[in-house]
Amino acid sequence: MKNDNPSPDWDLVIKGHTSLFDVKFRDLWHYRDLLVMFVKRDFVSFYKQTVLGPLWFFIQPIFTTIVFSLVFGKLAGISTDGLPQFLFYLSGITAWQYFADCLTKTSTVFRDNANIFGKVYFPRLIMPLSIVVSNLVRFGVQLLLFFGVMIYFALNGADFSPTYGILFFPVLIILMAFLGLGIGLIITAITTKYKDLSFLVTFGVQLLMYATTVIYPLSAAPEAYKKYIQLNPMTGIIEAFRFAFLGKGEFTAWSIGYSAVFTLIMLFLGIIIFNKTEKNFVDTV
Amino acid sequence: MSTPVIKVENLSKAYQLGKIGTGTISRDIERFWITKVMGKEDPFLKIGETNDRSVKGQSDIVWSLKDINFEINQGDAVGIIGRNGAGKSTLLKLLSRVTGPTTGEIKVKGRIASLLEVGTGFHPELTGKENIYLNGAILGMRKKEITRKLDEIIDFSGVERYIDTPVKRYSSGMYVRLAFAVAAHLESEILIVDEVLAVGDAEFQKKCLGKMGDISKGQGRTVLFVSHNMASVQNLCTKGIMLEHGMIKAVGNIEEVVREYLSKSRAEDVVLADISKRKGNGKLRFVHGHVGCEDNETIETFKNLTIKLDFNLDPTVVIAQKRIDIGINNFMGDRVAWLSTSNINDAFNIQNNSIEFTIKNLPLAPGDYSCNIYSEINNEVADWLTEVMDFSIAEKDYYQSGKLVPRNQGSILLNYNIK
Repeated sequence: MKNDNPSPDWDLVIKGHTSLFDVKFRDLWHYRDLLVMFVKRDFVSFYKQTVLGPLWFFIQPIFTTIVFSLVFGKLAGISTDGLPQFLFYLSGITAWQYFADCLTKTSTVFRDNANIFGKVYFPRLIMPLSIVVSNLVRFGVQLLLFFGVMIYFALNGADFSPTYGILFFPVLIILMAFLGLGIGLIITAITTKYKDLSFLVTFGVQLLMYATTVIYPLSAAPEAYKKYIQLNPMTGIIEAFRFAFLGKGEFTAWSIGYSAVFTLIMLFLGIIIFNKTEKNFVDTV
Repeated sequence: MSTPVIKVENLSKAYQLGKIGTGTISRDIERFWITKVMGKEDPFLKIGETNDRSVKGQSDIVWSLKDINFEINQGDAVGIIGRNGAGKSTLLKLLSRVTGPTTGEIKVKGRIASLLEVGTGFHPELTGKENIYLNGAILGMRKKEITRKLDEIIDFSGVERYIDTPVKRYSSGMYVRLAFAVAAHLESEILIVDEVLAVGDAEFQKKCLGKMGDISKGQGRTVLFVSHNMASVQNLCTKGIMLEHGMIKAVGNIEEVVREYLSKSRAEDVVLADISKRKGNGKLRFVHGHVGCEDNETIETFKNLTIKLDFNLDPTVVIAQKRIDIGINNFMGDRVAWLSTSNINDAFNIQNNSIEFTIKNLPLAPGDYSCNIYSEINNEVADWLTEVMDFSIAEKDYYQSGKLVPRNQGSILLNYNIK
């Protein structure tokens, strides 16, 4: 503690208190193979000993879309900006689900892995990162479904057209992943001490979906609530996603810039809080 | 050759006792205010309390390790010994970075591989081979490193036939073999091993110990080994560190440290008067306890063991009925024996303010024990203490066979012979 710079002879100095920004990115890089292993494990264990296997990835978005089309489209008659209802809901659900999965799954990282974290050291960030990547695989598969449905509707003469927004698609994926990751990291760090927060996550994410433009377009939102809906960083992302592939939705530098800044702040906070918690969480869980 | 590879300086680790998570938001805020805003010392970390289970401390914080200092040189095989709760596991956790120290620091040269448990992260649905990669990666190996050693690992584990079968179909023995095989092939300069070797069959245990011996002697790597089994510690290690109540009791040559440890199984004197965790109306109050064998040497199986309790009586009480019990628990907290004045015809005079129980030819197996003591005056509980008067029975060659009695083979030793 007396001198802060460790003598060059030592490869590793384990100390009680370290600076807030002491994130070991070099360590993280060294363990990159582990990330790949975790992703593989998640994927393999998901479909082993199931009848339908990877088909399950399709079933959830299809059924949700059907239900949404019936309830919100047919019964409530909410506008879909002139897009085919099925396509409109599916686009919202596919993108939202990726964000929601990243968030909910990373928000229980400490609790779910307490056993393994308590036995062996590896950079803890590997675990949430692997979750984000695993979900990306799943998202990719679901995206294929979305493309298939798009082609089907295009052949049947539905009125929509992809735009230059597609160029921003990689950015959108990164934003969704990092926003979910950032918030998830903060929540998992806090839940090591205050467990009740985890109850909030499941239904909080569900509620948040209704404050996002998943089941309605931003253009159909009442003027009075519009600015609150726009405060939700996912709104800009989902709108941009629709604009890119279906040509309808709000896509401005402001909306996407706001989401990007929000995401970066969350990710930054998340990594710092997570990093701070990981050292001693074994004692409190 | 004696360059230090691990240097531990003023290392301490505090744990909070009791419930964590109830009403802690206000306490956290209070703590944050005092330490961060006002810049004072953390009041929840009271200095100077050692981790002695039998004495009730003043605060909720207990120091599992307190001001530990030592150095380990390259190529040393160091045995870390101590009773349950002495801080061995905490030290291992700190060294393997599973949790962080409260104060102090550890400096390390080279890569550390720690085996607090074998098979960490094994996934039941994955095949043996897939699990080798996964487990290896968790332990810090690169993929190509594992590929290079794959044949060696499979060969060592001896489960070639099942290597493409999901490990959930493995027997527990096969599972452990595979897990140890991965760990044993880690390329690290420092290897930390907990008592994981107590699993698997005898043949495989021998193989593991042999492998560990190779690692420390043949390859010049540093090994830290934590175990209760003095025989394997003495076999494997050249140096020893003995912990007691979170502090270092002895360091040095393994023979000396083991001797010191075994001498700890000698008579135990315990002050009971100031333990606050007790029940009863206090008409009788235990003040002092003593566990020991008649010669005051190590406590050993088949010797006569005496447990003596001193107590104070409330002079105003007329004693019509009296009873004193001692329950002996093993280290898991399970009751192994019970002694009671209510169950024997021997008379005792309570006015002596002391009582002595003598067990002839103590049949208990080597290990750590603690006592519950209970007293009754006039059919009411007078004083009742639990988990006090820890004592250990020495590991020894009780059957003159040149071997120690193995652990986990029952809790008593029988005086038997074969024809």
